[in-house]
Parts: sequence; C-alpha cells; structure tokens
Amino acid sequence: MKSTRSLTAVLAGGLIVAALLALLPWFADGYGLSMSINIMNYAILATAWAMFSGPTRYISLATVAFFGVGAYTVAVVGEWMPWPLVLLCSAVTGLILALLVGLSTLRLAGVYFVIFTFGLTELIRQVVTWYEVNITGTIGRYVFLDISQEVIYWQQLGLGVLLFLAVVLIQRSRLGFALRIIGEDETVARHCGLYTPHAKLALFAISSVFMAVAGAIMAPRWTYIDPVIAFNPVTSFLVLIMALLGGVQRSYGPLLGVIPLALLFEYLNANFPNHYSILLGIIFMIIVYLLPKGVVGLVERLGRKKVKA
Amino acid sequence: MSLLNLSKLEKRFGGLVAVNQLSFTLEPGQILGLLGPNGSGKTTVMNLISGAFAPTSGSIRLGDVELSRLRADQIAQRGVARTFQLVRVLPEMTLLENVMAGLVFTGPRLWGQAAEQNALALLQRVGIEHPPHTLSGELTYIDQKRLELARALAARPRLLLLDEWLAGLNPSELQVGIALIRSLKTEVEGIILVEHVMDAIHALCDRCVVMNTGSKIAEGTPSEVLSHPEVVRAYLGDADA
Repeated sequence: MKSTRSLTAVLAGGLIVAALLALLPWFADGYGLSMSINIMNYAILATAWAMFSGPTRYISLATVAFFGVGAYTVAVVGEWMPWPLVLLCSAVTGLILALLVGLSTLRLAGVYFVIFTFGLTELIRQVVTWYEVNITGTIGRYVFLDISQEVIYWQQLGLGVLLFLAVVLIQRSRLGFALRIIGEDETVARHCGLYTPHAKLALFAISSVFMAVAGAIMAPRWTYIDPVIAFNPVTSFLVLIMALLGGVQRSYGPLLGVIPLALLFEYLNANFPNHYSILLGIIFMIIVYLLPKGVVGLVERLGRKKVKA
Repeated sequence: MSLLNLSKLEKRFGGLVAVNQLSFTLEPGQILGLLGPNGSGKTTVMNLISGAFAPTSGSIRLGDVELSRLRADQIAQRGVARTFQLVRVLPEMTLLENVMAGLVFTGPRLWGQAAEQNALALLQRVGIEHPPHTLSGELTYIDQKRLELARALAARPRLLLLDEWLAGLNPSELQVGIALIRSLKTEVEGIILVEHVMDAIHALCDRCVVMNTGSKIAEGTPSEVLSHPEVVRAYLGDADA
C-alpha cells in the first residue's frame, strides 16, 4: 500500500513532467528528436514489460513479438484506414495475440515461460516470413505514411501518459495487489481465494496492448519493414535489461534504466559497431551481478542503511 | 449437521496410496487433532481439504457444500483457511500486506483503509509487535508462523486448518500459542490441527483421529486414542504394545 503518498500528488507530478516533455520538439534538432523517439520507445516498452513481469516475476522475452505485430498491422492496413483506426487495429491484434499466448503459457513457470516466450517470437517471425514469401510473394513492405517525427514523438508521449496512468492505478488496485501475491507465492495466492490464471492474463494482455501500439506508432519511421526488422529479438533483451537496471518494484523504476542504457547503446552502436554484441553482453552481466534489484533497489537499500545507522 | 464430513477419501500418487478410504467428521465448535507418525498422510489430508491437490476418489463436504471437485481458490472462497507445515509468508511484502492478502479476495473482501485496519487488528491479535511496514522476510520463524495464522484468520474462515502450527515453539511460547488457538474457538466453526506436541493435543483437542500409512487406525478423545494399542504400535513398534 502506498497510501502514504497520495495519488493526486503522483498524478499531478506526472502531468507536469509530460507537459514539459511535450515542448521538446521545439528545442531539439533532428538528431535530438530522433534520439528522443528512440528513448521514448524503450521507455514505453520497458515500463509495459515491468508492469507485468515486475510483480509476477514472469520474465517475458516476447516484447518484440507484440511490438512487431503492432508495426506489421500498420504495414498491412495503414494505407487504407484513417490513422486512429490503424492504432486501434494494432491494439486489437496485440490483444488477441496476448490472449492466445497468455492462455497457453501462463501455466508455465520459471525458465519454461522464458523459453516459450523467446520461441514464440521466433515462431511469429518465421510464420510472417513464410506468409510474405509464399502468399504475398515479397519479403518486405513499405510504409508510406506522412507522419512527421514530431507527431510520432507526441503520440509516444500520449501513449506513455496512458501507460503510466494504467501502471499507477493498477498498482493501487486489487489486481495489482493480486499480482504481487502471485509473484511471491502462487500457492499462497490460490489459498487466499485468487484464481491466478485470470489475474495474470488480465495484466499480461494490458501490458501487451501497450507494446503493440508502441510498435504501430514507430512503424511510419522505418518506411520499409520486413520480419527481421520488426521481430528483432535483441529488442526484447534490451527492454528486459533496461527494466532490470532501473528496477521493477516502482512505476518509475524502468525509466531509470532506459535513459542511460539507450544513450549508451546509441554510443556503442555508433563507435564500436563491430563489437556491439560483445559489449552488450558484458553490460548485461554486470547489471545482473551488481544490481539484482536495479537502481531503485540499490537506492532503497542505501536508504534503509542510513535510517538504521 | 456436521461442519466437515470426509467420506472414503482416497489419494494416490502413482502406486503410492497416501490416503486410504479415510472417513471422519468434525462437529461445529470442535477442535479435531489429526495425529500419526511421519509419512502417515496427515498433511496430504490437509492438502486435500484445502484443495492443494484433488482427491483420487471420495468426498469432502463442508456443511452441505461438496469441496472435493473444487479448486483451492474456490475452497478458500467457501470458508476454508490454512497455515502451511513449512511456513509460507510473502517475504518481500510487508506484514500488513501479508495479512491483507487473506481478506482482500475472500472472506470480508475489504480494500483500502478498512482492509488495513482489519489487518492491523489481526497483527495485534496474534501478538506481532513489529511495525506493520516491516518486510515479513525479516521476521523470526515464530513470528512468521504468527503472521501466517493472522493471514488465515483474516479470511474469517468457517474451518481453519493448522498444520504443525505449534511445532518449534519453546515452552513459554507454547503456552501462549495454545491459549491463542483456544481463543479462536469462538471465531471459527471448527479447527483441524495436525500436531505432534502432546501437551497441545491434550489441552486443545476435543477429538482426535490417528492415521498410519494413509489409513485411520483410531478415533476418540485424546486420552482414548493415545492409549489405543494400535496407536502405541504405530508410534513405538510391536514390542511395546
């Protein structure tokens, strides 16, 4: 329970931050804005990831499956539907996929769930590739939509605000409480009267819809997409490690990981393109060894020590 | 009507018959002791009643509700709460949240302030003096057991299952524990204790059922069953019977 910090204070603070962020396109140059879109994208994905995986401790590597499905929806229906309807389509596609995946996987626990979600992403990529090669006869698709960088950024900001609202409200709801109990001990949860599959599925679906819409918003930026771009598994790993670095116990935790890592990856990619994967792997290991509970966990541990001293 | 009625209950794990054609009843207002040597199937019976496992055959009725085909969460909704033999608190949640877990989704189904106040009262009731926002993983073993009891009581159950809740207490803690369980008699309709502590069995149980290798071998008041030749044989072997 976080009744000590009032909900209104959190929401007001969030709105002020969002309002300030909305001004960014007038100050940033092209590169700055492009970088901001990148960070914003990871911020949405990592927060949506942590929304489900934080409390339940189900480590999902399917982030990019939902992201890619959202992006692909744009490639398929984007040219003949009004944009808001396109976004709605991608949300619905993400939801359907999440329900299918959720119903079949949320009974799995621990490492089996991790592997299944990873395998699922590969499966979707292969299915889309097969479909494109054999049915449509072309591997890539063009997304010619006249949506400027600024508009992409503002859409992301809007989605981010909705996402934070959802995270904050769910954390304070019975659903959020239920998921934390499930994450701690599923047997106890059942004996406390919780039907655990429903609670897990609900949150998994909400989190996945945000990922799908994030993919849809990003799609016009690419102009060309194919399955390798849209379903790149590295995205899932990056999102995971960003969320873990920040810490998943607090709603703002993932952000603390996203900003430094997005900048770092950008730097590494630009300066060490040939060693990028090696450096990425080393960073993963360092984070998991040194900060098992992320920056938030570290700060809170230091805080507790100070109180005791 | 009996509060709980087990009839020809059976649980097999592969070829092993863990519970064999077990029948007994628990009358309203009573504390029933479930006794027997290690491995006799007591905890399995608790798991069957609470729905942790489904029985292979037989029936479990709470009042007029058949429990044997229900899931653990549905059984909890119908008024059965339990503690675990190996204590299971939610270690990274606070004491308050641990108790709230018992009353948010079942029983009184409270939320917000009402839930917190209820949980605070229960923490006091079971004698936990730590600040309510302490993480439960930081508690001693004994206090974790108290916390588990508070969580079970939070659901305001009709039937309370205590699996070796008094094990591991020192003599003075044991007296406090016995008094605490006795005081619950007015709050719940019935209690089943799995217990090895003889003092507690004599002090608390109205009736006892003794199991050995999955079957019931004796039933009656504590002094009756503990002098029963079958029971003595089960615990001590043939020579002493």
